[in-house]
Amino acid sequence: MSMSVSMKVNGKTASGTVEPRTLLVQFLREHLGLTGTHVGCDTSQCGACVVHVDGKSVKACTMLAVRAEGAEVSTIEGLAKDGALHPMQEAFREHHGLQCGFCTPGMVMSAIDLVKRHNYKLDETTVRHGLEGNLCRCTGYHNIVKAVLEGAKAMQAKGV
Amino acid sequence: MSEKGIGARVTRKEDHRFLTGNGHYTDDLQRNRQTHAAFLRSPHAHAKIRKVDTAAAKSAPGVVAVFTGADVAEAKVGSLICGWVVKDKHGEPHKAPAHPALAHDTVRHVGDPVAMVIAETAAQARDAAEMIVVDYEELPAVVNPAKALAKSAPQLHAEAPGNLCYDWELGDRAAVDAAFAKAAHVAKVDLVNNRLIPNAMEPRAAAAEYDAGSGQYTLWTTSQNPHVTRLVLSAFVLGIPEHKLRVIAPDVGGGFGSKIFIYSEETMLTWACAKVNRPIKWTAERNESFVSDAHGRDHVTHAELAMDKDGKFLALKVDTIANMGAYLSTFATAVPTYLYGTLLAGQYTTPAIHVNVRSVFTNTAPVDAYRGAGRPEATFVLERIVEQAAREMKIDKAELRRRNFIAPDAYPYQTPVALTYDSGNYAGAMTKALEMADYAGFEKRRAESKAKGKLRGIGMSAYIEACGLAPSAVVGSLGAGVGQWESAQVRFNPTGNVQVYTGSHSHGQGHETSFAQVVSNHLGVPMDQIEIIHGDTATVPFGMGTYGSRSLAVGGSAIVKACDKIVAKGKKIAAHMLEASVADIEFKNGVFSVAGTDKQVPLGGVVFSAYVPHNYPLNEVEPGMDENAFYDPGNFTYPAGVHICEIEIDPDTGVSTIAKFTAVDDFGNLINPMIVEGQVHGGIGQGIGQALLEHGIYDEKSGQLLSGSYMDYTMPRADDLPSFDVGYQVTPCPHNPLGVKGCGEAGAIAAPAAVMNAVHDALAPVGVHSIDMPATPARIWQAIQQANTKMAAE
Repeated sequence: MSMSVSMKVNGKTASGTVEPRTLLVQFLREHLGLTGTHVGCDTSQCGACVVHVDGKSVKACTMLAVRAEGAEVSTIEGLAKDGALHPMQEAFREHHGLQCGFCTPGMVMSAIDLVKRHNYKLDETTVRHGLEGNLCRCTGYHNIVKAVLEGAKAMQAKGV
Repeated sequence: MSEKGIGARVTRKEDHRFLTGNGHYTDDLQRNRQTHAAFLRSPHAHAKIRKVDTAAAKSAPGVVAVFTGADVAEAKVGSLICGWVVKDKHGEPHKAPAHPALAHDTVRHVGDPVAMVIAETAAQARDAAEMIVVDYEELPAVVNPAKALAKSAPQLHAEAPGNLCYDWELGDRAAVDAAFAKAAHVAKVDLVNNRLIPNAMEPRAAAAEYDAGSGQYTLWTTSQNPHVTRLVLSAFVLGIPEHKLRVIAPDVGGGFGSKIFIYSEETMLTWACAKVNRPIKWTAERNESFVSDAHGRDHVTHAELAMDKDGKFLALKVDTIANMGAYLSTFATAVPTYLYGTLLAGQYTTPAIHVNVRSVFTNTAPVDAYRGAGRPEATFVLERIVEQAAREMKIDKAELRRRNFIAPDAYPYQTPVALTYDSGNYAGAMTKALEMADYAGFEKRRAESKAKGKLRGIGMSAYIEACGLAPSAVVGSLGAGVGQWESAQVRFNPTGNVQVYTGSHSHGQGHETSFAQVVSNHLGVPMDQIEIIHGDTATVPFGMGTYGSRSLAVGGSAIVKACDKIVAKGKKIAAHMLEASVADIEFKNGVFSVAGTDKQVPLGGVVFSAYVPHNYPLNEVEPGMDENAFYDPGNFTYPAGVHICEIEIDPDTGVSTIAKFTAVDDFGNLINPMIVEGQVHGGIGQGIGQALLEHGIYDEKSGQLLSGSYMDYTMPRADDLPSFDVGYQVTPCPHNPLGVKGCGEAGAIAAPAAVMNAVHDALAPVGVHSIDMPATPARIWQAIQQANTKMAAE
């Protein structure tokens, strides 16, 4: 059995025919070729697959593609505008908040949502708790935390 | 230091693609006519395979082919190999039982692959794999390395009686015994170095494709060393001629050792892609990673340290049992021997050392190199026993170390366990670390914690590692099956930009940036005109890959050598262009000039002339600007340092909080301190994970992996770790052109002992004297309760 599904991904309409069991992350990666969203586990722990669905961070491995019918989905590929990195992407680059890059898309997407949920007001403890659902094996989180704190300031300054 | 050159905090060239979702990892591949593989794995720790029925799977929707161990055996696919022959104390080579790519008659650990299904989609392959019926006859299993040596233990391999892989020793036993006989004090420890599961965030993956026209195989794989993968698959396992197999390791999402090795899955994909004549892709699900990636550590050790009345170390003896798992992984045998026993001198002048290691087979996933590989285990033994000794002798832990440090002017320093240290300043690093950690103010902080009902402890770890692997002649004499040099090719294009091919592989280390800094510094080419290329056997010269903190020390040195050749050739061309003698040509900041004149030509002009040689010394110099170099190091490098951990424990809950973590490391010269700090942070994170959180636990009876998912295996999370204070002691490496030592493993080597020493320091006042890693809240709380009960009884 297959079902049709249609949603907006990074501002563009995206539709396809999927098995009902297809996860949102599989739809993004395999049907749309948006391979920036990664899969690092099978228990929804690692957060490598975090995207925004209707403005909120969601682990795209916990959501069926068909449940995103009609939703607005944004992925890491849609963050940079006109070639300019989003302030959070820029902060990760500036503060060496990434090494192998595998957890990075999910980490950045989670961080942006975290900043918005806290209305730009973050401290180290809030960031560390807020990123509990995103595993990184490379950085020891030190520079990620630094990047998110600086990224929050830059987002506020730029009004994004 | 220049703005962009050596020593500058240059942001990374690779980051833009990773930050915008444009990385290219193996699972991102979509090949035309691609199929997907799934592996059926043993649910039992130890069993005979009576029968495998694949009929239902073969007729399931979308299935292209099903292969079993019988097919692999019939096709005479070779055994997966262990590439390092360790000779035991009687001169006999280690026991090397066969390791078939798919289990044929026996499964020996949970997760041992039994069959491979190839189907149109990954879901169809997994569905069909579940339809395979395997008739198992369960056998008793053993998972604990010490218990595997018992006479009554279940036996894994006929080739390895008593489950013993080898019984190995290093050092002068008689000298050690003599020293113990005259010791004023002997400290003793019994330690378990807990099994760790590497957990790079990108699961292992592979894709294989066969071109029937050319007979060419292409394997994309999550590898730290694609040429070694090609060599092993060609020469030992599949027999595909080396030139007909191309191995590509594209962007790889972390390795930490676990992606050095050659596993069943990529072997099977490469073998089968020609059989089905279609591309095949496989990506591990995380639960497969847990049961099939090579694990790390898993030692049981008894150690004794003999001292004179002033705490001067007289001798050390160490007895270790090391778990190899069910089969020997690619470099497994070397880890608890040459990467462990040789490091037991640490930073100290201990004149006599003896270590005995028995490596054993158990019904667990294979164990091999994991970040640090042997050196964390050695550091843990040594630094735990040193602090135990300090407590027993009531000598300050920093002072006891100082009394035994090798002096900064003692190099080269020959240890009693084979290594010759080249440089260092251990006391210097200690002084800096004590200052940064405010060691002098600790007792005040301990008192403040006590007033709040908390236990506070401080612990340190003065580690050393042997990195920059490795002088080929040395490792060859010790049984390595490969050389450990590195390759580089510096290839200019006619327009003046440069492509640098390195045999190293970056899977997070930032080579594309730090290597470019090296080239920019040596040739004066702007960073944006330099591209570092790695990971493809079709384009990169044969190279050994990345592990053992070797990339910059060995691979970077090869790049410097190739750059030197470019300059030497450029001087000849410039001499012709400037009508001067070669001896008078100088090269500086990207410009060739005639000494003492204003006559000059930029490197770009020389390069253009080399490719358009209209006015060119063709009878003296070949056209083109493209130089190869291979660098074989003269010695290991010896990064060393002091890490200090301060911890606070709530005795009511057992919950510990790291209050402060300080690291002072000597990596020699630093090319990019930003990247180095990132490496240190990550290593410390993994070290703290080992000390407090992580544990690969197998059930003693069933042999099931109990911590086989992120629900059960405690990965360090952002709120488990503190921020770190990082500082440096710099003594340049004297024997490589960059003066670098390597920084990738230091944190994972140093941190476990520092954390556990802090835990013991905190718990000593309440009568807890021994606690194993991971020191979880449950273990700490239990240990405190037991100590309370004991004290109440006394």
